[in-house]
Amino acid sequence: MRFMMIVKATTDSEAGVLPSQELIDAMQKYNEELVKAGVMLAADGLHSSANAVRISYPEPGGKPKLVDGPFTEAKEMIAGYTLIEVKSREEALEWALRMPDPHGFGQGEIELRQVFEFEELLGDPESRAKEEELRRQAQESKKA
Amino acid sequence: MSVSQTHRTIDTIWRMESPKLIAGLTRMVRDVGLAEDLAQDALVIALDRWPSSGIPDKPGAWLMTTAKRRALDLLRRNKLRDQKYVEIAREIDLYTEDDIDRALDGEIEDDLLRLIFMTCHPVLSQDARVALTLRLLCGLTTDEIARSFLIAESTVAQRIVRAKRTLNMEKVPFEVPAGKELGERLSTVLEVIYLMFNEGYSATSGQSWTRPLLCQEALRLGRVLAAIAPGEPEAHGLVALMEIQSSRLKTRINAQGEPILLMDQNRALWDQLLIRRGLAALERAQRLGRTLGPYALQASITACHAVARTPSDTDWIRIAALYEALLRQTPSPIVELNRAVAIGMAFGPAYGLQLVEELNKEPSLQGYHLLPSVRGDLLEKLGRLEEASAEFERAAAMTRNVQEQALLFRRAAECKQEGERT
Repeated sequence: MRFMMIVKATTDSEAGVLPSQELIDAMQKYNEELVKAGVMLAADGLHSSANAVRISYPEPGGKPKLVDGPFTEAKEMIAGYTLIEVKSREEALEWALRMPDPHGFGQGEIELRQVFEFEELLGDPESRAKEEELRRQAQESKKA
Repeated sequence: MSVSQTHRTIDTIWRMESPKLIAGLTRMVRDVGLAEDLAQDALVIALDRWPSSGIPDKPGAWLMTTAKRRALDLLRRNKLRDQKYVEIAREIDLYTEDDIDRALDGEIEDDLLRLIFMTCHPVLSQDARVALTLRLLCGLTTDEIARSFLIAESTVAQRIVRAKRTLNMEKVPFEVPAGKELGERLSTVLEVIYLMFNEGYSATSGQSWTRPLLCQEALRLGRVLAAIAPGEPEAHGLVALMEIQSSRLKTRINAQGEPILLMDQNRALWDQLLIRRGLAALERAQRLGRTLGPYALQASITACHAVARTPSDTDWIRIAALYEALLRQTPSPIVELNRAVAIGMAFGPAYGLQLVEELNKEPSLQGYHLLPSVRGDLLEKLGRLEEASAEFERAAAMTRNVQEQALLFRRAAECKQEGERT
């Protein structure tokens, strides 16, 4: 099963302040540990929200509303993620606990979220068959 | 945290740490069975203490220190009556708790690598290698191994006990082989991992077409191996092969549990993350600058399919050339059969059929269901439907996989119907 460890943005990450060398080293060591344990799938860091765009749909069925960054409320944003493949939720939590404090000055926050599995989305075989058919149709209409 | 929650956490930490513990302990006591017992002792102590004391900050280091203390006690006791332990014990006296953190970095990886070479040692039978590797390096229980292979738990337990005994009797050293031996031994290790993967990917018998647990374990172990032996192109090649094949795991069967062949799979559902990882691993293998080995070549072939957006985009000429290269490295009738399929796709079914006819006399392919299955496919494309139907029926009678059998019977029936209509 796959889990995403989401590192929340901080006032520093939003201000474009780079983490200390110490934290960078610790993170690198941690990532290597994930790789050597065979659980790391992907990891990326994100730019601050300064050049971000928010697309929202305030009216049901209406046109999207665009708002340019930067945004306030750092805690509602993410600064990066690490995707891991593990055997259990407990293992994912154990790995998340081993990640260094991503901020170090009180704002560090990691959110652990499970990624949907194909089978989970499509419970019983019947609805799964329907889902597959829908996807196939969607694929064909895209091609056409 | 409740006691049961703590126990679950301990079990998880144990599964994560046990291969490293067993590897480190084997270096101390030179006996993989004893090492496993000592590691188990540390687990028992943790189960006793952690629910009240809380889980330590570095649980892996805690378990290692505890287990090594047990090992030291044992060695000291044995020292009195067994002279051969004296030297080892002296060596280990220098090893203090403060070293654990440092040791966890480099040394443990070397130990893990040594352990893989040990559990995949050629003195063991193929079955024993697989069982022991799953037990010690993947941390699976005998029950989990038994269920994955659809065999009795007692059979697995016995296999593992015997394997450990054989390693002791044959005095198999705890080391990474050097020089010319390394290549041969590495290919044995890769073979064990790929065997596990394949057993999971396409079950040889029974109802289930795929057994995901084995695939996951093999992929994980392959990734570990490539990370601790990054200079070996074939380790990356094997990982690339498994990553790309895994990207199709979920599209290989339909809702009724029947197999869907590669060309009929919905490519939109292929796992693009795993494909990217596979292509990156393949690039690492290529960047090492040596001639591509059999795993990297097979990975290159799967990669051709992975990057083709539609079946008709498939570069069959390149695939045929890659099979040609593979054939030179590992001559085998099965590779020849695959090359025949690729040539049939690249240059027309008549050319493919010609090559398949030559393989008909091959003794090692007698009873191999894919030979008539491929022949049926080529005949169908040539419009020789009656012959095609007979070949599919022949193939169906040969396979042990129930789902695959159903697919082959269906194709036979379709050819027959189509043939009667024309």
